[in-house]
Amino acid sequence: MSGARTLAPFGRRLAEVTAVERIGAYALLCALDADGPADPAPGQFYMVAAAERWGAGADERPFLPRAFSFARAWPRPGGGAALDFLMEDVGPGTERLIALGEGEGLWLTGPLGIGFAEPEHGRPLLVGGGIGVAPLLCWQDRLGRDAEVLVGFRSAQHAEAAGLFAGEPRLATDDGSAGRHGLVTDLLAEELDTDARATVYACGPPAMLEAVRVLCAGRSVPCQLALESGMACGYGACFGCVVPTREGYVRLCVDGPVLAGAALEVVA
Amino acid sequence: MTDFCGLSLSGPVLNGSGTFDAIAAQRTFGDALWDAFPFDAFVTKTITVLPRQGNPPPRLWETPAGLINSIGLPNKGLEGFLEGDLPQLRRLPVPLVVSVMGYGPDELAALVRGVAPRDEVEALELNVSCPNVASGLIMGSDPAETARAVEAVRPVTDKPVIVKLTPNATDPAGVAAAAESAGADAVSLVNTLKGMALHPRTREPWLGGGAGGVSGPAIRAVALEQVHAVAGRVGIPVVGMGGITSGAHARDFLDAGATVVAVGTESFRDPAAGSRIADELRVILRQERGFSGVTAVPIDPR
Ligand SMILES: Cc1cc2nc3c(=O)[nH]c(=O)nc-3n(C[C@H](O)[C@H](O)[C@H](O)COP(=O)(O)OP(=O)(O)OC[C@H]3O[C@@H](n4cnc5c(N)ncnc54)[C@H](O)[C@@H]3O)c2cc1C
Ligand SMILES: Cc1cc2nc3c(=O)[nH]c(=O)nc-3n(C[C@H](O)[C@H](O)[C@H](O)COP(=O)(O)O)c2cc1C
Ligand code: FES
Repeated sequence: MSGARTLAPFGRRLAEVTAVERIGAYALLCALDADGPADPAPGQFYMVAAAERWGAGADERPFLPRAFSFARAWPRPGGGAALDFLMEDVGPGTERLIALGEGEGLWLTGPLGIGFAEPEHGRPLLVGGGIGVAPLLCWQDRLGRDAEVLVGFRSAQHAEAAGLFAGEPRLATDDGSAGRHGLVTDLLAEELDTDARATVYACGPPAMLEAVRVLCAGRSVPCQLALESGMACGYGACFGCVVPTREGYVRLCVDGPVLAGAALEVVA
Repeated sequence: MTDFCGLSLSGPVLNGSGTFDAIAAQRTFGDALWDAFPFDAFVTKTITVLPRQGNPPPRLWETPAGLINSIGLPNKGLEGFLEGDLPQLRRLPVPLVVSVMGYGPDELAALVRGVAPRDEVEALELNVSCPNVASGLIMGSDPAETARAVEAVRPVTDKPVIVKLTPNATDPAGVAAAAESAGADAVSLVNTLKGMALHPRTREPWLGGGAGGVSGPAIRAVALEQVHAVAGRVGIPVVGMGGITSGAHARDFLDAGATVVAVGTESFRDPAAGSRIADELRVILRQERGFSGVTAVPIDPR
C-alpha cells in the first residue's frame, strides 16, 4: 500500500472563510485556499486555526492549530482550491472555527500526511463512523460510483451528513432513528459475507476502526484506516502524534494518517 | 552576519532542539524547504547512544498559551543518526548543530567522539536535562555535575560545545558559570519547565510519561529572567529561548543579554515562524536603532 501525498507549500498561509453551513449535528466550513495546491490527496489533512481570536476559549485555549481532513476540494480557475471541512464541535478549537463568518481569515498549513491508496483488489468499500465520514467524501468523488459507502451515526440528526455522499449510502444509527438500528460494522460484516472481494477504507472512532480491522483481518480483506491522534505540528516536528504499529511508534502526521490495517496490532 | 562562538551565521534565529525535523519537513514541503529554510543554524533533536522509542502516548497536552510534552527523546541512536540522518542533512543550507544526551560523562564523550569528527557537523549541544545514572542527579541541575559533563567532552573535540541549561535548576546562572569554567563555548536556555495535567475523566496523569515539559508563550517571562541572570554571569554567548513567537520577543531576549535566539513551539503553529520572526526583528532593529545588521550589541540591562 502506498498512498498519495501532495506536497504542501512551506509555511502557513491565510485562507478566507466563504461559508459555514449547518449539516445536522455537524458544520461544513468552506474556505478559499488561493495559495494552496488544487489537488490535495483524499485522506490528507490540514492544520487549521482562526486568524483572529484563537486562544480566547474555554481554559484560554486553543493555542495550537487543529487537524482536519478535507472533505472536498475543488480546483479554482485562478489557482488554489476551494476546501470544505466537515467539523464536529467537541471543544474550544472546533467551537471557534464553527463560529467563523464569511470573509474571516483562516490559517492553513497543508495538505499534510499520506492519503488513501488505490484499491488493492475487489470493489472499494468506504466505511465511515460519525465525523469520520469527512475524508470519505472526496475519496468517493475520486473513486466514482462503484465505490460503495456504509455509514453509521449516533442519531438521525448526525446522519444528515450521509446526504453529502453521492447516491444512497447504506446507513445505520445507534438509536435506530434513521436507517438500520445498529452499528456500521454490522453492515460491513454483511457486505463482506456476501462478497469478500473488496478493499475497505475506514474512518471513525477508535472502537469502530478496531472492529473494522478485526473483521477485515479475519477475511483477508485489505483495509486502510484513517486514524486520529493529538497533534501539535502536523509535519513531523514534535513527535507528539505517535501511534503504536507492528514496527513500533510512527508519527501519524507524516507516516499516516492513513495506515494499512495489517500494520496495526490493535487500534487503541 | 552574526558571529556565534566561531560560527558565522546569516542571522540570529536558530531552532530549539526537538522542535523542527528538517528531514520530515522535506517529506511534507519538498525541496522548497531548503530554499526557504527558516533558521540560521539547524539544531537536531537530541540523540542518545542507543535508539529510544520514546514515551507512550498521549504525549501532548495543551495549556493556556503553551504545551506540555512528554515525548521522551525518541531517536535512532548514534549509529542510526550517523547512517540514516546525517547524509540527508548534508542538504541543509545552514550550519548543523547536533544535540546529544548521555546518562553520564562517559556516554556524552562517546557521543561527541562519534559525531564531532563528521564534516557536516559544525557544533555540538549537550542536553544535560537527564540523570547521571552513576549519581542519580539531573546533570544540568547541579554545577559540579555539569562541569564534569563538559570536562568529559572538552578534550574530544575542538568544535564549539553549547550546554543546554535546564530551568528546573535552583541556580541556572551558577550552572552556566560552571559550564563556562569547564570549557563550554556557549550556553542555551531555557529547556522546558516541568509540568503535568490530569485526565479530564479518570483524574490520572494524562501524559503517557506521567509528567512532561512546558513550553511556549506560557514560559516566556520565566525564560527571559533566566536568560538575563545567566548573561549577567557568564562571558560566553547565550542562546535565548522560551516562548518566542515574534520579532519583539526575540528583541527582548537579545536585550536581556542573549547573542542569538531560538524558536521552538511557535514552529508548530507556523513551520516558517523562524523566518517571520527574523524578518520582524530586522524591521524593529532598523526602525528603532537605525541599523539593519543584527549583531550582538546587547544594551546593558542595568
Ligand atoms: C488527521 C486528523 C484528521 C481529523 N479530521 C477531522 C475532521 O475532518 N473533522 C473533525 O471534526 N475533526 C477531525 N479531527 C479531529 C480534530 O482535530 C479534533 O476534534 C480537534 O482537534 C478538537 O479540538 P478542540 O479544541 O475543539 O477540542 P479539545 O478540547 O482539543 O478536545 C478534543 C479531545 O482532546 C483531549 N483534550 C481535552 N483537553 C485537552 C488539552 N488541554 N490538551 C490536549 N488534549 C485535550 C480530549 O481527549 C478531548 O476529547 C481530525 C484529527 C486528525 C488527527
Ligand atoms: C515537543 C518538544 C520536544 C523537545 N525536544 C527537545 C530535545 O530533544 N532536546 C532539547 O534539548 N530540547 C527539547 N525541547 C525543548 C526546546 O528545544 C526548547 O528549549 C523549549 O521548548 C522552549 O522553547 P519554546 O518555548 O520556544 O518552545 C523540546 C520541546 C518541545 C516542545
Ligand atoms: S503532530 Fe507533530 S510530529 Fe506529528
